[in-house]
Amino acid sequence: MSERGVNELENVIFQRPDIMTDRPTHFCPGCGHGITQRLVGEVLDELDLKERAICVGSIGCTVTAYEYFKVDGMEAPHGRAPAVCTGIKRCHPELVPFSIQGDGDLASIGTGEIVHAAARGEKITIIFANNANYGMTGGQLAPTSLMGMYTSSTTKGRKQEHHGFPIRVSEMLATLDGPAYIARVSLHNPANVRKARRAVELAFRAQLEGLGLGFVEILSMCPINWKVDPIKAPEWMIANMIPQYPLGEFKCIPAMEEIKKMVKG
Amino acid sequence: MSERTLMGGNIAIAEGAILAGCGAYFGYPITPQNDLLEHMAERMPEEGRVFLQTESELAAINMVYGAAAAGVRAMTSTSSPGFSLQQEGISYMAGAEVPAVIANIMRAGPGLGNIGGAQGDYMQCTRGGGHGDYYLITLVPSSVQEMMDLTMLAFELADKYRNPTLIMADGFLGQAMESIVTRDYVRKLPEKKWAITGAKGRPKNLINSFEMNPLDHPARIKLLLEKFERMRINEVRYEGMLLDDAEIVLVAYGSVARAAMTAMKIAREHKLKVGLMRPITAFPFPSQPLADLAEKGCKFLVAEMSGGQMLEDVRIAVGNQNVIKLVNSYGGVPLTTDQIFEAIDLLA
Repeated sequence: MSERGVNELENVIFQRPDIMTDRPTHFCPGCGHGITQRLVGEVLDELDLKERAICVGSIGCTVTAYEYFKVDGMEAPHGRAPAVCTGIKRCHPELVPFSIQGDGDLASIGTGEIVHAAARGEKITIIFANNANYGMTGGQLAPTSLMGMYTSSTTKGRKQEHHGFPIRVSEMLATLDGPAYIARVSLHNPANVRKARRAVELAFRAQLEGLGLGFVEILSMCPINWKVDPIKAPEWMIANMIPQYPLGEFKCIPAMEEIKKMVKG
Repeated sequence: MSERTLMGGNIAIAEGAILAGCGAYFGYPITPQNDLLEHMAERMPEEGRVFLQTESELAAINMVYGAAAAGVRAMTSTSSPGFSLQQEGISYMAGAEVPAVIANIMRAGPGLGNIGGAQGDYMQCTRGGGHGDYYLITLVPSSVQEMMDLTMLAFELADKYRNPTLIMADGFLGQAMESIVTRDYVRKLPEKKWAITGAKGRPKNLINSFEMNPLDHPARIKLLLEKFERMRINEVRYEGMLLDDAEIVLVAYGSVARAAMTAMKIAREHKLKVGLMRPITAFPFPSQPLADLAEKGCKFLVAEMSGGQMLEDVRIAVGNQNVIKLVNSYGGVPLTTDQIFEAIDLLA
């Protein structure tokens, strides 16, 4: 511990966003979910949404997301968060429902709900945390698992003839007319975390401006289930995840281009 | 102000919901409740309220869940296969104590079955239906008038107990046309301090069924179980007809109760002492009044459009000392007055 006490710190340059609760996360070492939640918290503070945001918990490692934000929250069944958000938003257009959904939740059991919420252009924000496996249940094969990937339910690796191919959700949703903003970002280094922060903000602004679905797919480390050292997980991400899931914007309607000019980063 | 008008059963549910202040309807087409959805598609926007045709019954129930959690009186309607799909969402709502109204206009199952009316979802409706320990007040109208009146009551009971409430009707009743009296709904909508409406000037509200500490979960369930017990004590509803001197008690609900009423009248003309016990709530079931009749030595004839589902509740209420018979139809065909009268005649 340094000689300077906390009280002597004059210039605080980094702290927990005001909107986040003082509560240790339940995530494993090296997991990307904590970073994802923090980015959402920063954006909620930036956009002053404490009194309007509704955190809709999904099922998986993001199940208790609502515990970490000082905003109203509720629990959705597995995969159904976009429908729950729709119900809230249609009745209370002034509220700002959002959900952080994992890849098992969104890309498998919840494909129906996200596709139709996107097609309807629901004015909601969905953060899609893609770590290529079912983290919470012990690392089973997900629709997003990579070809050849070893998981607890593909101990000989994902095989095309048996398991088929990974789903690229962002590209798929980008074929629809309803979404206003769709981007895929990654958390493998600080520069990309900053880009992710900006994408999350744009996904909230898409909702606030009433333009349609704001959707960000965040490639997220899962060292425990990847069976990779947390320090090595970002390298694993670069080598394996990003070739399958290229980063970038997949949808940005003209009105969003205007908003982008106002958003720093 | 009250007004007499001719109305279809499903439409009466829709108009009852609108009168009761239903702010949001979410639904998916399925026969035989399509006219309810279509009516809401026209009427809800007229009233400045929310209507959305959803991609599935799953999405519908979860939109109801979101809307109701945000403090709005919300409902969906469906028929048996769709109701099966909604059990997940209903269980979440029961667990998170979110009030809503679900109208199940039953058709014949299992599986795709048949679009004809049936009462084969009795068990699914009265035993909770989805996963976990919960029950839903299950209102069982037997006239178009009751389709409207009980829908209004359903919203009140849902809010009173913060629990989903069911309207369990059969497809024949849904399609029936009858003359009814519509009444203004004068009650004020209740304030919902628990709702998620934005954490403005108060600590955040949280609507969930989950406890971070698993050891806290039993205490939460205990509170739910106590609530269901209060329903059992306070919310039993039924109509008894000609029971004072009855030697044979017909037990029937829904459209079957109407056929049973006529069969009872014919039997009375034949000097047979027949009465009718018509549950208006299938959960909580009117067990005590049936037990009292059993004490008097009555015989019981259960009439229903299923393999004999309410029959089990009658057996539980009556016990083993009395004669209990079943007259039924299944597979989407109505149970007729003639069939019921013949069964009475055999029993007498």
